[in-house]
Amino acid sequence: MAQTTKTKRLLPGFRLTMGFSILYLSLIVLIPLAALAAKSASLPAGMWWETVTAPRILASYKLSLMTSFFAAAANLFIGLLLAWVLVRYRFPGRRIIDGLIDLPFALPTAVAGIALTTIYAPNGWIGRLLAPLGVKIAYSPLGITLALVFIGLPFVVRTVQPVLQDLEADMEEAAVMLGAYRRKIFFRVILPELVPAMLTGFALAFARGIGEYGSVVFISGNMPMKTEIAPLLIITKLEQYEYGQAAAIAVVLLLISFLLLLVINLLQRRAGRRLHAA
Amino acid sequence: MAATIDQTLPENKPMRTPRHLTESGAVRALLIGVALLLVGAIILLPLATVITQAFSKGWDAYAAALRDPDALAALRLTLITAAIAVPLNTLFGLAAAWAITKFKFRGKQLLVTLIDLPFAVSPVISGLIYVLLFGAQGLLGPWLQEHNVSIIFATPGIVLATMFVTFPFVARELLPLMEEQGVQDEEAAVTLGARGFRVFFKVTLPNVKWGLLYGMILCNARAMGEFGAVSVVSGHIRGETNTLPLHIEILYNEYKFSAAFAVASLLMLLAVVTLIVKSVVESRIHRN
Repeated sequence: MAQTTKTKRLLPGFRLTMGFSILYLSLIVLIPLAALAAKSASLPAGMWWETVTAPRILASYKLSLMTSFFAAAANLFIGLLLAWVLVRYRFPGRRIIDGLIDLPFALPTAVAGIALTTIYAPNGWIGRLLAPLGVKIAYSPLGITLALVFIGLPFVVRTVQPVLQDLEADMEEAAVMLGAYRRKIFFRVILPELVPAMLTGFALAFARGIGEYGSVVFISGNMPMKTEIAPLLIITKLEQYEYGQAAAIAVVLLLISFLLLLVINLLQRRAGRRLHAA
Repeated sequence: MAATIDQTLPENKPMRTPRHLTESGAVRALLIGVALLLVGAIILLPLATVITQAFSKGWDAYAAALRDPDALAALRLTLITAAIAVPLNTLFGLAAAWAITKFKFRGKQLLVTLIDLPFAVSPVISGLIYVLLFGAQGLLGPWLQEHNVSIIFATPGIVLATMFVTFPFVARELLPLMEEQGVQDEEAAVTLGARGFRVFFKVTLPNVKWGLLYGMILCNARAMGEFGAVSVVSGHIRGETNTLPLHIEILYNEYKFSAAFAVASLLMLLAVVTLIVKSVVESRIHRN
């Protein structure tokens, strides 16, 4: 760790800043996370497996994965559209809209949660319109998905925007010269360039959705086996003082998140290579 | 075809896209319309809901909800938490960025990955890990009880969980900025005889001040608004271990909707101010 090259030794403070960084990182992040691993490992293997495969737990994983997936998929299209409009077109209010895209990042999740529940409840602004049609949004998986669409909105927009911005006009011009129509240019020339960024945004939104709690817990209704998300079950187990089981559920959830992050990293590395090759 | 291209390829005019490189007016209008509709439905509607619900029982009820002793206690705890978490994470961000961007060492990439780790952890799990460590049945629980130290269901736990979820914000903004800046300026200052902290305050800090501010703003917004992680460690003791988001939850679950939204409007204001400052700072960074 302490091997600095001679030329850069000139600057002071390596030991101090490095020492503090490692200490702080260990105290706040690494040791507590190790406690999770230790607690989960303290559960006998049989019990561990029994916990994470109990029907109620499996149902919650399935719900969390499904709603996050559909929300991220919806954001794939919404995000592409918003990024396209914000980068390519000029219209009044564009900068305000651009700034508002980040609102789901800045708004505390509890505020988002109660606001969305109020909108989609049977007597809410949107819920009231759909209730006569027999569509129930709040307190159903659909409501959870819509809350996750809100939370995940910025991801695809913010990953696609810079790529679209840097896209050179040459290729599009060449395609025009070759006689391609606009639609064909979009699908054959522009879209392939955007796909890695879109997938990155998708995976980020997906990963965020799986762990999301505050914005979902109000709108979900929390019915066991039906609308109970995995993070909520961790809290339920904690309240029953089943620390080992809570840790086991958490470990599986974390593994899924890390797997997704790994995929993101691979995607970005591939995209990076493509750019360097070009 | 060739004629249109000739007409529409004048010298670089960045704002006007040549006609063959964009959609027809109707398609453009349609796409902009759908985009505005989506932003309205997904983002503006919740904002409008918070405001209308907050004032649904009039100004007096709104003011009363904010002047409630429990609300004030929650506000105080939220401010205390942010006042501890943000400076510490800022100090860490500066130290980590200095070590990572100004020196070469083995394991650098691993360190960067570890700093980002809290972003990949569900808020609930971020709270859980501290309960497993410091809770009554946690690894250090018995020892803490013996010495009469309470961390979980008390302020220290709330601060720790908040520090965890806001851990990467400052470092993450500083790393790319300081990497780009390189080491020449600092090395020149050292060669001219400046000492460590002077180099930092006179050379490095002025170069990264906007990025630093940006990271601190994001860190602060998250620190004040965190719900899941804090919810796990707080124990929800009214007037004692409730932060503003937790106070909102309690009011909402007691069907005191207008009071819940009144308190929520405070946090919404914080979010909107954060976004405005963010866009101002962003344009500053671009200008530099």
